[in-house]
Amino acid sequence: MLRSLTIDPDKCTGCLQCEMACSYENEGVFNPAKSRIKVFTFHDEGRFVPYTCTQCDEAWCLHACPVDAIRMNRETGAMEVSDSVCVGCKVCTIACPFGTVNYNQDTGKVIKCDLCGGDPKCASACPTAAITYVDADATGLDKMRAWAARTDNAASASN
Amino acid sequence: MKHVIIGAGPAGIVAAETIRKLDADATIVVVGDEPEPPYSRMAIPYLLTRSIGEQGTYLRKQDDHFRQVGIEVVVDRVASVNPGTRSLLLADGPGMQYDTLLVASGSTPILPPVPGIGGDRVTSCWTLEDARRIAAGIRPGSSVVLIGAGFIGCIILEALVSSGARLTVVEMGNRMVPRMLDETCGTLLEKWCNSNGITVMTGSQVEAVEDQGDSALVRISGGRSVEAQLVISAAGVRANAGFLEGAGVDLSDGAVVIDEYMCSSVSGIYAAGDVACGRDFSTGEYSVQAIQPTAVEHGRLAANNMVKHGSVTHQGSMVMNVLDTIGLISASYGQWDGVAGGDSATLEDRENYRYLQLQFEGDRLIGANTLGMTQHIGVLRGLVQGRFSLGAWKDRLKDNPLLIMEAYLAVTQGTG
Amino acid sequence: MSWTKKILRVNLTEGRIEEEPLNMEWAAQYIGQRGLATRYMFEETDPGCDPLGPGNRLIFATGPLTGTMASTGGRYSVITKSPLTGAIACSNSGGFIGAELKSAGWDMIIFEGKSPGPVYLNIVNEHAELVGADDLWGKSVWETDRLIHERTGDPQTRIAAVGRSAEAGCLYAAVINDLHRAAGRSGVGTVMASKNLKAVAVRGTRGVGNIKDPARFLRSTTEQKKVLAENAVTGQGLPAMGTQVLMNVINEIGALPTNNMQEVQFKDANKISAEAMQEPRESDGKPNLTTNAACFGCTIACGRISTIDQGHFSVENKPEYWGNSGGLEYEAAWAMGADTGVGDLDALTYTNFVCNEDGMDPISFGATVAAAMELYEKGAITSEQTDGMELRFGSAEALVWCVQKVATGEGFGADLGLGSRKLCEKYGHPDLSMTVKGQEFPAYDPRGVQGMGLTYATSNRGACHLRSYTVASEVLGIPEKTDPLVTDGKAGLVKAFQDATAAVDSMGLCVFTTFAWTLDNMAPQLDAACEGDWDVDRLLEAGERIWNLEREYNMRAGLSGADDTLPPRLLKDAARTGPAEGKVCGLDQMLPEYYSIRGWTENGQLTDETRKRFALPA
Repeated sequence: MLRSLTIDPDKCTGCLQCEMACSYENEGVFNPAKSRIKVFTFHDEGRFVPYTCTQCDEAWCLHACPVDAIRMNRETGAMEVSDSVCVGCKVCTIACPFGTVNYNQDTGKVIKCDLCGGDPKCASACPTAAITYVDADATGLDKMRAWAARTDNAASASN
Repeated sequence: MKHVIIGAGPAGIVAAETIRKLDADATIVVVGDEPEPPYSRMAIPYLLTRSIGEQGTYLRKQDDHFRQVGIEVVVDRVASVNPGTRSLLLADGPGMQYDTLLVASGSTPILPPVPGIGGDRVTSCWTLEDARRIAAGIRPGSSVVLIGAGFIGCIILEALVSSGARLTVVEMGNRMVPRMLDETCGTLLEKWCNSNGITVMTGSQVEAVEDQGDSALVRISGGRSVEAQLVISAAGVRANAGFLEGAGVDLSDGAVVIDEYMCSSVSGIYAAGDVACGRDFSTGEYSVQAIQPTAVEHGRLAANNMVKHGSVTHQGSMVMNVLDTIGLISASYGQWDGVAGGDSATLEDRENYRYLQLQFEGDRLIGANTLGMTQHIGVLRGLVQGRFSLGAWKDRLKDNPLLIMEAYLAVTQGTG
Repeated sequence: MSWTKKILRVNLTEGRIEEEPLNMEWAAQYIGQRGLATRYMFEETDPGCDPLGPGNRLIFATGPLTGTMASTGGRYSVITKSPLTGAIACSNSGGFIGAELKSAGWDMIIFEGKSPGPVYLNIVNEHAELVGADDLWGKSVWETDRLIHERTGDPQTRIAAVGRSAEAGCLYAAVINDLHRAAGRSGVGTVMASKNLKAVAVRGTRGVGNIKDPARFLRSTTEQKKVLAENAVTGQGLPAMGTQVLMNVINEIGALPTNNMQEVQFKDANKISAEAMQEPRESDGKPNLTTNAACFGCTIACGRISTIDQGHFSVENKPEYWGNSGGLEYEAAWAMGADTGVGDLDALTYTNFVCNEDGMDPISFGATVAAAMELYEKGAITSEQTDGMELRFGSAEALVWCVQKVATGEGFGADLGLGSRKLCEKYGHPDLSMTVKGQEFPAYDPRGVQGMGLTYATSNRGACHLRSYTVASEVLGIPEKTDPLVTDGKAGLVKAFQDATAAVDSMGLCVFTTFAWTLDNMAPQLDAACEGDWDVDRLLEAGERIWNLEREYNMRAGLSGADDTLPPRLLKDAARTGPAEGKVCGLDQMLPEYYSIRGWTENGQLTDETRKRFALPA
């Protein structure tokens, strides 16, 4: 059974432990600016919303890549960017309608969530279980997929 | 079933692989006219900067990838197509039968019609072969004239600058990348280029290229001239559909007009990518978009309909572009130039080369231009293509256009 | 490591900005943040200097764990000489700007001199510049925050600013960061405004690395986060109720100072408590409390995010106050509530918002209003001074009027901005000022919690609960229960808390972790992150060294053992209700022992031996 990140914004306190865990795992430095997961703050509403790639089935990023640098990891279901193949053309960053693939100007490559190879550090760092890593059919993911579908030009395409 | 695909670019290769996924037994042949493995033109700028080798431009990296998935890749040029017999003729090889045919033959650069344009010192920047010629033709200190500051022209600027060339860019329009960026954005980009030591002449035309032996004299409107060792023409492209002459396929400005099933006016013949005149998501009109995401989308959808006609409907592709001009990144989405009766929001930070412009129709986002932004810009696509009603967030975006991510979360997750 | 080892030195007089290496020899002795910045203050200022003159320094300092994954590792402090007390000031704050500064590559910013005109400092990683702020002068913190964000165009820019109160000279003006976190006490904001420095804006994208032993650090921080999660106070009480969990508890033990500390219990405590904040309102069915919120890296998340009832008189027709913002913490709710006798939760939330909006310390503000109310009760202040406003205990209208006046410094607001001591002196009743060394008390009556009496009297920054929070032991039983009504053993307890807290405040961690952690839990985290061997003994020694250096600074600034005292009310007037009924604070039973175990003279002066023991600078 594939697992996926499930996010419950109601539980988020905005502490950014997830951003630090993510950046440390991927960049070796505590640096929210380099995190693949991002907590958005709605100050007036008093809400915090963590947000990252849902590893959507449609995988716009993967399809948009002109050099085959994004592949699906069959064990985790994550779309992974191969740094050695990515040329930094950024087409995936505009093709992903969720805004979760971002260009890293320091490296000239794009970065996105890869579920840390099946042990997402954001989830283990989250003190309130706002971010959990659960079976992919758990509720919540379906909801995100439903939003995804609204953007899908080819939702009915069978591949 | 035998599916023949003309063109080994992204649209053709994605179509071929999609067909294979849908039908394990189908015969699939890709005919491409360049003597290279299928590669991506998008990667050429990075080849020129030597960030990658030629192999880094290949669409699929594994040597025998196409053989392994049972896709035959033929290097040849299609001479003509006969829909009556469902067959085509190749320039060098034997004829070929097909059950369905995908025209994904892309486009070819057009050279501006000026005297001397056919000279040895003039090249396009379109194919791997062009790239090799440019790489060989530039030395540190070389003077290079680039005709056209469109997408293709701009994307290779960094490579030209980093090779040590002195650059002059001649653009007919009143700003850089006029088909992708609005006036403020294009003008800022010009300023950026100037600050990087590039001479940019907008509102200008090359009038002649005169061979002077070891250099060429490029005559530019307004009585100016520049001596150059290399002239690169990036003045636009036209669809590659000459081989369809006599096939009865409806063309518009030389491109194949396709319906919602990616099919041309002739049954069994489909088209995708730069050669296809397809539906535009934003306007509902038919046009050639000539961009990577559309090529791939066309390819996938065409493949589905080639295997089972009518299985998938094309709702229209959205125009979107991203461009890296010597490290300054710009992007455009949908109707970035707005619509009559629409509304817009702008954030302008000239000093730091940052710009964000949003276009609304009612309370929906319909297009955007960005400059100097790299984070979460994809969500602009999500907002435009989802046709989300922004409600109160429209005013918040007008106050602060940077809140695009927040607006997206708010309208999709009911936050705020 | 974990220090960035870089200081940004900003000479405001000359508009000059320089980078310099952090003095690592001092860092080994004083850790960072509070301790290390005090060392710089000691080196660079004349302790006798005018706090509001160009000779004073203003230091923004992070700790070595600031910006790391250690829970609560987002702290920074503002260190300067206080205009309220004339003593060294160190005000600690959370939010996000501390970690952002570290992420930009800086351990500290040292401001010198005084800018000829209003400026703000804009930092983007290694780039720092002073930007003209004529257009920001006269604006609130919130407005300043909005305008600077408009300029940087980056929502992630973190901003600390002073409000109109600081500009007007209010002596307890705070530095507010991230809209509602405060380096609140001792008038550090007043010093900032005196230098014509309106704000500090920071964007850091370099991150914090240089961890000595990353694997051990991650293991240790993960382990210690679990300790916080499993502790009843840090795992449940604080996230659910915030510090306001204390309101009813402290009232019950008869230590909730009321009506300018005339009483020790407040009849309306339950109306302004954590529980009250969770009650749905009649008007819109929503509770005052929307959610809890965390500072950077904090896994406790005690912060309150609240709204005010839109129909409440304080915000009627003022939609700018209808959204969520920083809600009441215990000390603020006490000072503006119990101490003024105001039991109106919405009024307190509003005054709390305004304290954030225009940068006032709500403790000093509330306590000063309380003093003004007693002066009014006594007839020393009349409605002539207050434009007709009746400053009566229990009047929410009066409280709301006062906050608006202090925010701008208009009219009677200028008097209220003097703080309790100078206000009471001005109106002829210095004995009514509930202060130590000029700083207003926080929310624990030392007649009901004896150790807090010694804490207040000896605190290096004037009356303060955060220098040795013996409430933990005397009320909550952490780390072990002591009797709040006895004085025996409190000298040792206070010293132990003072030293440990000085170490915590110097590491980049939040003192609220100490409900669950001791230095035993912190030392391994610091040791895994930082060069040098850091164990509990070394932290305690550093803490004691810091305490002694602060004391030395104050002695040189002209303070003496005579300042280690409490207002006569607490020493002579017995508590009239509750468990402490009949008690006064037995300071004289604790102070001599305290001096003795500190290694000070019986007049409270450091001895050469003590100076030598801690290698204090000459």
